[in-house]
Amino acid sequence: MGTPLSSGSTAVIIDRATRIFEDLSFSAAREWKAAQPGRKVVGYLPIYVPREIIHAAGMLPLGIVGGGDRLEVVHGDAYYQSYICRIPRSTVELGLSGRLDFVDGMLFPSICDVIRNLSGMWKLMFPHVYSRYFDVPQNYADEIGGNYYANELAELREDLARLRGAPITDEELCHSIAVYNENRQLVRELYAYRAEQPWQVPAAESHLLMRAGLVLPVEQHSEMLRDYLAAARQQQRPRRDYCRVVVTGLFCEQPPLNLIKSLELAGCYVVDDDLLLVTRWLTSDVPVEGDPLRNLATAFLHHSESTAAKFEPNPLEKGQYLVRAVRRTGAEGVIFASPSFCDPALLDRPMLQHVLADAGIPYIAFKYAENSGQMQPIREQAGTFADSIKLWSGQ
Amino acid sequence: MNTAAPAPKAAAKDVEKDASMQKQKAMMAAHYDRLTSAPETGAKVCSTFVPGNLNELIGCFDLLNNLPEVNAIQSGLRRISGQYVMEAEKIGHSEDVCTYVKSDIGMMSKGNIAPNGKKFPNPDVLLLSYTGCFTFMKWFELLREQFKCETIMLHTPYMGDGCFTPNMIEYMVKQLRDEVIPKLERVSGVKFDIDRLRERLKKSAQAEDDLVHVLQTARNTPSPIDAYFGGIYYIGPIFGAFRGTDDAIEYYRFLRDEIDERLAQGRGPVTPEGDMGQERYRLVVEGPPNYTHFRQFWKMFYDEGAVVVASSYTKVGGVYDFGFRHDSSRPLETLAEYCLGVYTNRSLPMRIDMLTNYVEEYRADGLLINSIKSCNSFSAGQLLMMREVEKRTGKPAAFIESDLVDPRYFSAANIKNRLESYFQMVEQRRAGARPAA
Repeated sequence: MGTPLSSGSTAVIIDRATRIFEDLSFSAAREWKAAQPGRKVVGYLPIYVPREIIHAAGMLPLGIVGGGDRLEVVHGDAYYQSYICRIPRSTVELGLSGRLDFVDGMLFPSICDVIRNLSGMWKLMFPHVYSRYFDVPQNYADEIGGNYYANELAELREDLARLRGAPITDEELCHSIAVYNENRQLVRELYAYRAEQPWQVPAAESHLLMRAGLVLPVEQHSEMLRDYLAAARQQQRPRRDYCRVVVTGLFCEQPPLNLIKSLELAGCYVVDDDLLLVTRWLTSDVPVEGDPLRNLATAFLHHSESTAAKFEPNPLEKGQYLVRAVRRTGAEGVIFASPSFCDPALLDRPMLQHVLADAGIPYIAFKYAENSGQMQPIREQAGTFADSIKLWSGQ
Repeated sequence: MNTAAPAPKAAAKDVEKDASMQKQKAMMAAHYDRLTSAPETGAKVCSTFVPGNLNELIGCFDLLNNLPEVNAIQSGLRRISGQYVMEAEKIGHSEDVCTYVKSDIGMMSKGNIAPNGKKFPNPDVLLLSYTGCFTFMKWFELLREQFKCETIMLHTPYMGDGCFTPNMIEYMVKQLRDEVIPKLERVSGVKFDIDRLRERLKKSAQAEDDLVHVLQTARNTPSPIDAYFGGIYYIGPIFGAFRGTDDAIEYYRFLRDEIDERLAQGRGPVTPEGDMGQERYRLVVEGPPNYTHFRQFWKMFYDEGAVVVASSYTKVGGVYDFGFRHDSSRPLETLAEYCLGVYTNRSLPMRIDMLTNYVEEYRADGLLINSIKSCNSFSAGQLLMMREVEKRTGKPAAFIESDLVDPRYFSAANIKNRLESYFQMVEQRRAGARPAA
């Protein structure tokens, strides 16, 4: 790519990430594709796809998370009723407006019925683009869900091999797993650093860095993360008397950047969140020896994030991941921020709130849309929450 | 709107029902009595879902089947779901989510009273047949939180590419064999007998033949049935607690004879006000109905002489009209294929093909979509479906909106206006299609 790699101060790096974030034509991905004949780009929606397989095919995985608050939806609204969330309509808008005309394939992960049905719409609307509904197991036994998932991964591998015109080898897959292991380590390092010193890594910056990871080649993204971490550790930012919160419910349709900024302006340091879970879905390194697809399957079954789109077979474990996140990060409360009409987040919310109540963890809840413009009510609610934590915690 | 004199209607009186409808009502009442007397009889109860339910398997363990969607429908028809939905919202459930779930939760918090006025028993097991609807998973996690009972997940993969694969079948059979059956044995205390399952599957296929025959009588003009409003009565036993039983065989044979007789006599469908008058419009309907105003909604159709000749909703539990029958020679595989094939587990292109096929095969005037506010499984993508079916068939399509069991989302005037405009459009198309004099 023509642009210089991330370097220097956090401001320089964040400036680059912001440009990538604001670019609804995905110029960085277009440039990557144009740099070498035969390159292909495969888009994917939240919540998780094994990007390693796309990478091993020599393709660029491109995260598509809607159009945010900067995209005027002209055509997309004609495809959805008012009571359906915003992300599918802005994704359709991205497609119909030609912004995804360089994308060779699209993966629609198993997250909810809206994204599921969008997979079929894509087949009809863009018949020349490879598209696949990417199912994942809700059974976590190795011989049942594991076998099923390994075979699904093998089908995806074959599909992508056909798309590139050559088989994807085990060596290529193992190499890609190693590359993504490194990337996930850096993401985890960033999250850990933010949890430890949230004033050093504002939530908006963390989010912009993750967003860049949806568009950039993973090697470049890892370099960006390394540079940012190094730069962040060298500069001291003012530490404020804010409370520490975990924000949850943001795993699919993205909140406006202003919403994330508003939480911190209201006095809440975000010490953990479930934004862009694909960047850290697998919670430990995937082995690079042995059968790569089986390794990815095992990691999915036994070492992956918990979220509303997954069945929790153990009732005693339901929602405990949130309690653990609070304890791990030293958070003082949880903010449930859910997109309007988001079935997974909103159906899960009461159960998670019961778990938090039992654990004595305070929480608040509100809804948003990716194009929400009015932040004052959210700021007031978050500010009141922060005040109440400061006033009443420990009593 | 048409200016022709409306077809004569029976004077306002008690709801008219065919004998099969009375029979079905008695079957449902007996089932609710069996359920609510479970504490006395010692019967164990398995809650599960309608789409792709495993009634044959559940019956092998002498478990009684309780279907929360059907309970929500009953609450809707009895006009008490609205207060249940609001009760659920009051205790923290979002206004944005499925109203079946909220009706169920609200009903529980108000004493969990069955349609017969007696208390529902707590389930002994939740069989989470996760087929064609994301909400199911959360629904039973919510019920598990409340009842703290065994919860069995059976994950049905989605037919995203328009077919099922050997991998999907193997995954489902393994789940059935290694997890679902052993857990049901444990909960029920009854050992699994595959021959008993085979017997039940044979009975299912027999009833399925008769149901398909009944639904396909709508190819005739006039149609002797309404395949949406009337169809909901017809699917009750097979998608509910009776598939795989002698009761279901008897009911569907009885229904078949009744409809055949109606067909032989050249009669149209029965409505709550008696036989429908002249058949003026033949429609295919996509999507569930509204239950809180079911009769009022139906009346908007039969008052205009509109009969629904095919509907997707009557395929929500399972799709039989393209040849599937439960196959006793492959007991677990056939259960898997049944679950995979339910309407909402089919990709959007498959659903469009089905609806297009219905419009053509049943010689319909067009497609009507009733889009349900709180059901993303059905609703997401319906506007594209409408345009595609319209394009492929050349027949007009229309779109109305309501909700399953939340009365706040039923706007009678709005729906009636849209229906009238739609019928007018059908008339215009017909006029346009006639050769010039």
